[in-house]
Amino acid sequence: MPDGAQPVLDVRDLKTVFRTRSGEVHAVNSVSFDLRPGELLGVVGESGSGKSVTMMSLIGLVPMPPAEMRGGEVLFGGQDLLRAGPAAMRAIRGKRIGFVFQDPMTSLNPVFTVGYQLCEPLRRHMGLSKAAARKRAAELLDLVGIPDAARRLSDYPHQFSGGMRQRVMIAMALACDPEVLIADEPTTALDVTIQAQILELVKDLRQKLGMAIIWITHDLGVIAGIADRVLVMYGGQIVEHAPVRELFANPQHPYTRALLKTVPSVRGDRAPRLRVIEGQPPILTAAPDACPFRFRCGHRFDRCDAENPPRFPTGPAHDAACFWDPATDAPRNA
Amino acid sequence: MLNYTIRRLLISIPTLLFISLAIFLLLELAPGDPMAQVPLTVPPEVKQAMREALGLGEPVHIRFWKWIVQFFWTEPLHLFDSWFGTAWAEGQQRVISWQTRSPVMEIVAQRMPQTLWVVGLSYIIGTLIALPIGIISAYRQYSIFDQIGTFVSMVGFSVPTFFTGVLLIVIFSVKLGWFPSIYDTTLVVNDWSSFVLQLKQMVMPVFVLALYNAAQISRFMRASMLDNLNQDYVRTARAKGLTERVVVLLHVLRNSMIPVVTVIALGVPTVFGGAIITEQVFKVNGLGQLLITAIQANDLPMVQSLTFIFAVLIVLFNLIADVLYGLLDPRIRYD
Repeated sequence: MPDGAQPVLDVRDLKTVFRTRSGEVHAVNSVSFDLRPGELLGVVGESGSGKSVTMMSLIGLVPMPPAEMRGGEVLFGGQDLLRAGPAAMRAIRGKRIGFVFQDPMTSLNPVFTVGYQLCEPLRRHMGLSKAAARKRAAELLDLVGIPDAARRLSDYPHQFSGGMRQRVMIAMALACDPEVLIADEPTTALDVTIQAQILELVKDLRQKLGMAIIWITHDLGVIAGIADRVLVMYGGQIVEHAPVRELFANPQHPYTRALLKTVPSVRGDRAPRLRVIEGQPPILTAAPDACPFRFRCGHRFDRCDAENPPRFPTGPAHDAACFWDPATDAPRNA
Repeated sequence: MLNYTIRRLLISIPTLLFISLAIFLLLELAPGDPMAQVPLTVPPEVKQAMREALGLGEPVHIRFWKWIVQFFWTEPLHLFDSWFGTAWAEGQQRVISWQTRSPVMEIVAQRMPQTLWVVGLSYIIGTLIALPIGIISAYRQYSIFDQIGTFVSMVGFSVPTFFTGVLLIVIFSVKLGWFPSIYDTTLVVNDWSSFVLQLKQMVMPVFVLALYNAAQISRFMRASMLDNLNQDYVRTARAKGLTERVVVLLHVLRNSMIPVVTVIALGVPTVFGGAIITEQVFKVNGLGQLLITAIQANDLPMVQSLTFIFAVLIVLFNLIADVLYGLLDPRIRYD
């Protein structure tokens, strides 16, 4: 992945708000990032941090209403996806941007055969005939490691195990050779050995097909294993962004540091209790004009309550949205 | 599936025998005397003789056995005879209505067309209206369309048919004079004007029943669609770039129809049961009306036979609903 290459996806200042009875929820707040060709961008954060909503927003899969896009732009192949019409978006979804969702048990339609569901994007986007689509569908199933692929096309989703269904989902997402694959916690619902298999499969497919991948997860171990760069999200914002090694070696944001400490180690003495980050994740109904992490942060000072910190560059390709500088253990001058 | 169906059909035989016994005993235990309407001037000994002539003098189990033989052996033989011109049932006693002294099944055959036309048609129309309303209401939940649909459903469901029926008669027959208030069974449709007349007399009873059926089914359809619209597989279908039309009318509808088809199938026996009250209101002399008059006249063979026919239909359509469920939902395979 050469640095400075033209990004395939460039998200700038994305804002998504959910209108609810109890007020507006600022689910995604000024999120900016880019995705370079062929790279694997990891997105971590706890539940409710806005990881999924960010990715759903940029492809128009959040239900509107109640969701509402409040500005920003998503540049993909010279086009702003936030301003593209529904028909243009449909032409992109499933063809140029593929999706894999969290729960393979419920993500496939139970009343259609796997073959039918695999053929749908092929027939719609590639204009393949029924026979050609079926042939390609069998190749895809074979590609994701499902044995006896041609015969299994006529099986229904309930006849597959969880891991196999996630393979089917991946095959479906890759059906039209997308430039971008968005995987929303694809291994969370699977047990650990199956999770490892799926990770290997994705690594392997990425080598073969060369698409860029956004991998959403809350599992830092998974991120360490496969990502090139990492975005850490908290309270609907990106709080830290760094290449993967840099992030684990030199975390800058107090949230990231706390998150890394919660990972239990099997080396040394067993800790009497698992480490946690004290406090609750923020309720996002308040206007985002202060640091979302301030209530759980050990370095909070008056500026944290007054301003929402911008992302300060802290090193090459590394930035963190925090007024406190861990290098000097003092507030930043900026 | 075939094995399952055959097994279920075999199991339904003892079920139905038990039901027929239950019906028979219920009628036996119910108060009422078939001679009640005979004038008081007729001496009791004559009445007793009349009762015995009807077969009422014999013990319960003998009468039940005779009914069984007549209903399951003689009547089918008669049907066979009338179709193929044979004479196997010659001289065998059929199930006779005490009221009219003619065979029960012949009266049923006379009454069936009216019921099927009026009640059956209203069920079909009600279903055809209900499905799109349910789909749109769910897809545009809480929209104006959904609000109106919900209101009309609530009205249709909660206002009894004898009220809407009479209301319609008052408005459209009495005040406006558009439609006849009484259904004329003797009308023979042989030209355009008689066809229009037939349509006119069917409009109100069909509307009343269709409203009631549509109210019920559209609520089921809406609820089932809502259950499915938020499922993960719908998001997957959208993520594949499919059009809303395909997503909703293929992916969601196919799943939502599973419980609704069951409800529709289970409702079919009530069609044959005739909407008893509505038939009374509009004087449609169908099966429902037949049952009511038979009950009033203590015409036990008629009541017994009609109730049993309804029981057969209910058992049969339960089976059909289960088979349809298996056909529509690949996760359910009975074999």
